[in-house]
Amino acid sequence: MAQAGNSTARPVLEIEGITKTFPGVVANDNVSLTLNQGEIHCLLGENGAGKSTLMNMVFGLYRPDSGIIRVRGKEVHFEDSGEAIAQGIGMVHQHFQLIPVFTVAENIVLGNEITRGAFLDLDTARRQIDALAERYGLAVDPDATVGDLSVGEQQRVELVKALFRDADILILDEPTAVLTPGEVDDFFEVVKSLTQQGKSIIFITHKLREVLAVADRITVLRAGQVVGTTTAEGATQQSLANLMVGRDVVFRVDKAEPDPGESLIRVQGLRAQDDRGVETVSGFDVEVRAGEIFGIAGVEGNGQRELVETICGMRPATGGRIEMLGKDATGWSPRKINELGVAHIPENRSKHGVVAQYSIADNLVLNRYHHRKFARRGVRNGAAINGEAIALVEQFDVRTPGVDVAIDTLSGGNQQKVIVARELTGDLQVLVVAQPTRGLDVGSIEFIHRKIIELRDRGVAVLLVSAELDEILSLSDRIGVLYRGRLAGTVDADDATREELGLLMATGTTGEHS
Amino acid sequence: MSSVGNANAGIGRAAGQLHRLLTEVWRLQPLYVSLYAILLSFVVGGVLISIIGVNPFTAYWALLRGMVGGGEEIAGSVARSVPFIGSALALAFAFRAGLFNIGAEGQLLAGGITAAYVGALSWMSDLPGIVAIPLILIAGTMGGAIWGGIPGVLRAKTGAHEVISTIMLNSLVLFGVRWMVNSRDPVVLRDTDSTVPRTDPISDTAVLPELVDSQPSLHVGIFALVGICFVVAFVLNRTTFGFEVGTVGLNPHASHYAGINVNRVIVASMAVSGAFAGLAAASEISGTNGFFQPGTFFLMGFDGIAIALLARTNPVAIIAAALLWGSMLSGAPLMQQEADVSIDVVRIIQAMVLLFVAADAIVRYLFRVRELDQSPFKATSIEGAV
Repeated sequence: MAQAGNSTARPVLEIEGITKTFPGVVANDNVSLTLNQGEIHCLLGENGAGKSTLMNMVFGLYRPDSGIIRVRGKEVHFEDSGEAIAQGIGMVHQHFQLIPVFTVAENIVLGNEITRGAFLDLDTARRQIDALAERYGLAVDPDATVGDLSVGEQQRVELVKALFRDADILILDEPTAVLTPGEVDDFFEVVKSLTQQGKSIIFITHKLREVLAVADRITVLRAGQVVGTTTAEGATQQSLANLMVGRDVVFRVDKAEPDPGESLIRVQGLRAQDDRGVETVSGFDVEVRAGEIFGIAGVEGNGQRELVETICGMRPATGGRIEMLGKDATGWSPRKINELGVAHIPENRSKHGVVAQYSIADNLVLNRYHHRKFARRGVRNGAAINGEAIALVEQFDVRTPGVDVAIDTLSGGNQQKVIVARELTGDLQVLVVAQPTRGLDVGSIEFIHRKIIELRDRGVAVLLVSAELDEILSLSDRIGVLYRGRLAGTVDADDATREELGLLMATGTTGEHS
Repeated sequence: MSSVGNANAGIGRAAGQLHRLLTEVWRLQPLYVSLYAILLSFVVGGVLISIIGVNPFTAYWALLRGMVGGGEEIAGSVARSVPFIGSALALAFAFRAGLFNIGAEGQLLAGGITAAYVGALSWMSDLPGIVAIPLILIAGTMGGAIWGGIPGVLRAKTGAHEVISTIMLNSLVLFGVRWMVNSRDPVVLRDTDSTVPRTDPISDTAVLPELVDSQPSLHVGIFALVGICFVVAFVLNRTTFGFEVGTVGLNPHASHYAGINVNRVIVASMAVSGAFAGLAAASEISGTNGFFQPGTFFLMGFDGIAIALLARTNPVAIIAAALLWGSMLSGAPLMQQEADVSIDVVRIIQAMVLLFVAADAIVRYLFRVRELDQSPFKATSIEGAV
């Protein structure tokens, strides 16, 4: 609980005793925090701990029930984000607020247009953007169309947009969630150079490694309350995790030696296209045996989504062959593949995994509603569905007031547990799982990892696709790297190093041959 | 205008009572907005009537008597309402699948012309009624189902939005049947013995029995259409097909993931929707008209949209909403006769009802109704269907 900072530290933002309640929830309970000039202050906490709520109040999107916010020593009461922006506060949201069909320059000036008469003066804007980009090392092309940019580039546009509005207090909400390991490092450089030029930064995250890499000071929130403020030097991943979760957290996933059996997934020369018709899977091969976890690492956008969807029958293969449990399953429908004993935990929870307005019970039978157990002659058996739901909610520790509440009233972690419960129930022999713990809190991640290991020990073949290298490393028995739609290399998990995998992910080779 | 002011105060008190009845006695929260929208429309309509110099209470009293003033009025109102059930179901069912079927107008015509054609076939008169009547109803239902199914197929195969394709198909069938019924050279379906353009009369064996000799006459078709509402409620809430329809409507991506054949559900939902309109038309051809005339179904499909949305696409509530709609139209002539208020005022009130249901924020603000339920307009309509 060391109160950090040195004698020259000048607070630019002071939050004192902020409380904010929503119907039924205390999102922030007497929260205090001080941001000093030129520092990077990490706001750490699990999902739902109240980080974003707090920052939304600083940015004028919510109004606190009680408490004081001071900017450069002056008390402020923002009615909307425009007033916060006028006070030099900028926020980069987790989900970018950019218009894909506009150019970078148009996006940056949007809402703050430089005009000459009735016309936009984009030339002046371009010059100002170039100057900003050079000053802060944020390379952006003002004339590029935002929709064509990579996620990392879009984030730079968001930063330039905030700087364009003269922000000197920057709030970054989970900025690294969408970046590759290499991009994260670049991003940290940018953030550090911003503080050297006098900007002060609040960095919201739940990733411990990043906190230690970039923070000057760290404030940990749990259940809406500040449970500790510390410096990066005084903290370890373990101490932060324990603070964040409120109990001892086990990082290593304990698992027995694999005992692989026969090959249950065999994919050969698979080709598939994304929604725009661009080939993103270009001759992918993999073989996964019973009782092993094959992890697929790779920078996002190298064909992961299309690969998983094609294997599970949701997307047509434009070439190659998919064999499941010894049967040629190429071109099969999702249902046919599912009934063969293949479960699929989808990457996109809200788009594919659940029907938000449906009850937990209906979501738990989303792909089994027609089974004999739950319906006879086309008429659904409500009692059987509820009974199953009650049992699964118990077994998978879903925190919910009941099985008949709409699933979108649950937290992301509990929604994911519902999906996991649905997919891991029944007679499955193959599990295809994409980003199983994205956006989840530490407790849920532990739980889901344990379940995946359990299945593997029961002899299920698991194909795991994840953007979290730590997840791949701790769960997998073998690791393949997906690079531009192909398997760039396969390594044994015991021999794999982050460096080797990182190189494969970035270049598609280990460097020895090129 | 002070009488209007007093009336408004009185209406305010009545609204309080109604509110209590709705929440505590009848538990009709999901239909709040609809009921208040009706109330509000009549209040605004009353203001309108008083502006043209008529006492709104006189006008409404005449309207009410025209609607339910006696046995014959009630029968006439019910008879007028029955086909609206079918055209409203046509919107409601597709709506559950996330589809905005605004083609009931055309599906009625397609069903009507098919029913009239089959009903007038020469061999129909050799069949007993027990065979001929189901046959004409099935024919009309099929006609509607095919005309509804086409935009479903177009949507599934090409992605063409059903709003556009149903509008186009409405025109296609409207001018198509008009030509078929009008043309003398060649004669397509015109009854050449008749001075007005219409089809040949259907066989006597295909006529649905009359229940009450009202204007229009109340016939056995009511059982088919009211019964269908309960069947639809059961199918949507309790069957696997209904679950598939609802799932596709709320989240087509998750449906695809969960193994539901989304395209099949889209085609089936559109065809089933069209079938309801077709059945309504066939029942009218068989029970009321005895032949097909293009004007018979004018606006009936579009009124169905309003009724379905007023009932918040609940199939059982559609019965009530259709009854209200049909009786208002049925009672309007008496209002015109006695209070000298044009029938069009009823149409204006109806349009306002739909407007207030759509722009439900107005109603919620005026009557302090919290957003408990989802507006069928905003939640899943066109956005959800894309």
